[in-house]
Amino acid sequence: MSYENVNSTLGADFRLASRPPAAPRVTSRLNALLPSFLARYGLVLAFLALWQISSTQGWVNPAVFPPLHTIVVALWDSLASGALLDDIAISLQRSGIAFAAAVVIGIPLGLVMGQAKIVEQALDPLLQFFRQTSALALYPVFILLLGLGETSKVFVIFWATLFPILLATIGGVKEVDGKLVEMARTYGAGRLTIFRRVILPASVPAIFVGLRLSATTALLLLIAAEMIGANKGIGFQVMNAQYNFQIPLMFAAILLLALLGLIANAVLVLLQKKLCRWSQPNA
Amino acid sequence: MSLAPATIRGEVTIRHLSKSYTLDGRPLPVLDNINLKIRSGESLAIVGASGSGKTTLLRILAGLEDADGGEVLIDGKAVSGVGAERAVIFQEPRLLPWLTVLENVAFGLDTRGVSREEAKARARRYVQLVGLQSFENAYPRQLSGGMAQRVGIARALAVQPEILLLDEPLGALDAMTKIGMQQELTRIWRDEDVTTILVTHDLEEAIYLADRILILPREKNAAPRLIEIDLPRPRDRSAPEFVRHREELLTLFGLH
Repeated sequence: MSYENVNSTLGADFRLASRPPAAPRVTSRLNALLPSFLARYGLVLAFLALWQISSTQGWVNPAVFPPLHTIVVALWDSLASGALLDDIAISLQRSGIAFAAAVVIGIPLGLVMGQAKIVEQALDPLLQFFRQTSALALYPVFILLLGLGETSKVFVIFWATLFPILLATIGGVKEVDGKLVEMARTYGAGRLTIFRRVILPASVPAIFVGLRLSATTALLLLIAAEMIGANKGIGFQVMNAQYNFQIPLMFAAILLLALLGLIANAVLVLLQKKLCRWSQPNA
Repeated sequence: MSLAPATIRGEVTIRHLSKSYTLDGRPLPVLDNINLKIRSGESLAIVGASGSGKTTLLRILAGLEDADGGEVLIDGKAVSGVGAERAVIFQEPRLLPWLTVLENVAFGLDTRGVSREEAKARARRYVQLVGLQSFENAYPRQLSGGMAQRVGIARALAVQPEILLLDEPLGALDAMTKIGMQQELTRIWRDEDVTTILVTHDLEEAIYLADRILILPREKNAAPRLIEIDLPRPRDRSAPEFVRHREELLTLFGLH
């Protein structure tokens, strides 16, 4: 409304010259969104700009830090030609199988261990020991046992992803408010009902923390596993591109990994929002 | 609301009830030989200083703790453990945060195997009784303390217990909300055919709500005392009789 008033004081000429009324509204909305966008992504944009400028201006060695557009072109070319698609598929398969196995074993085991004190007490020292042992340090052992093929790669990822899920689930179950359990008891709920209606739903947020941690770990271990004795996979491509001095391709593969990680996390966050609507502040 | 049944319903008899805890390897008596008969439909308030065992007594009646000696009879039958004829309202609402108001109220019906349809219909009626019909689909985190406690009360009433056990149910509420809830409880108890046993540290609340008040002594060799509150409801907090009862109780606690 105030916009109209301003226009009428400026006269008919200005009105003719001005854009249709919808346009300023879009601009004003953009103006409102811009500060929050900048606050969130400003540093990222500044970093990308700095990279691009220092590379093209020769402040850094462009052979080591190639300009961004060459990286994007390399990524696009390898995707469009299908050269990287096989690598993406095999990498997703390795980390997917390992992550799924960790979920299928870790969550039920954690639910049992969180409730049964005896089982937890017996297994806890062992768990703590294994947790402190880097999965990468154990990778040579796994290779010795399982060979240099797919099995040892999947197993080392599984091993590393199992613990965050398992420990988060145990923690979630142990943190369940005993007062809620007692309340359920007064309404005649038996062990199974208490588990299904109180303990399980109460543990879901904690389990998701473990899942998100594990998803990140899965990608980390994937790369390490693929750098040793693989001839396919995104991790292999990072190493291979570096050996062949295809630096833009190397960064393209690294960028791809980062994107995969972001997507995995976004999927889990979405799932968590769906399952835990009750704990969201603005649902 | 419900029809008075022919048989006695909700009568509680406490016989020679004793309980002690172990503290630093020595037995610490909490309840010593408590004997009491609570009439069907009566409201009994239990007051006492902290450490007098009032909450322990209620938890034994609820079946959440076992007594060391003596027995509890409900309608003439000795009971142990929890039972469908009793419902407990705790100091905290103890709502399940992942269930809506309506689902929380239906919880006790679900666990007892009432069909989903009937549970929902009954829950809806009790949500209405506590005046939260417009919050049926809200989650507990969206409710104020007083509203959450109403949901807890509705959940307990929905299972239509013979005996309602209340453990300082209004203890965590602010003074204004508390008085409002006390009035509401009087209204609800008038409509529901239920025996109520209320543990409270608020003497005025005990006089306002109860037919009789059981005063548990701190010294275990002293005998518990019973005071009859024979005043019409709704009670007037400033009536001379009401004030007289309060003074009587304060004197008993050595505070007047």
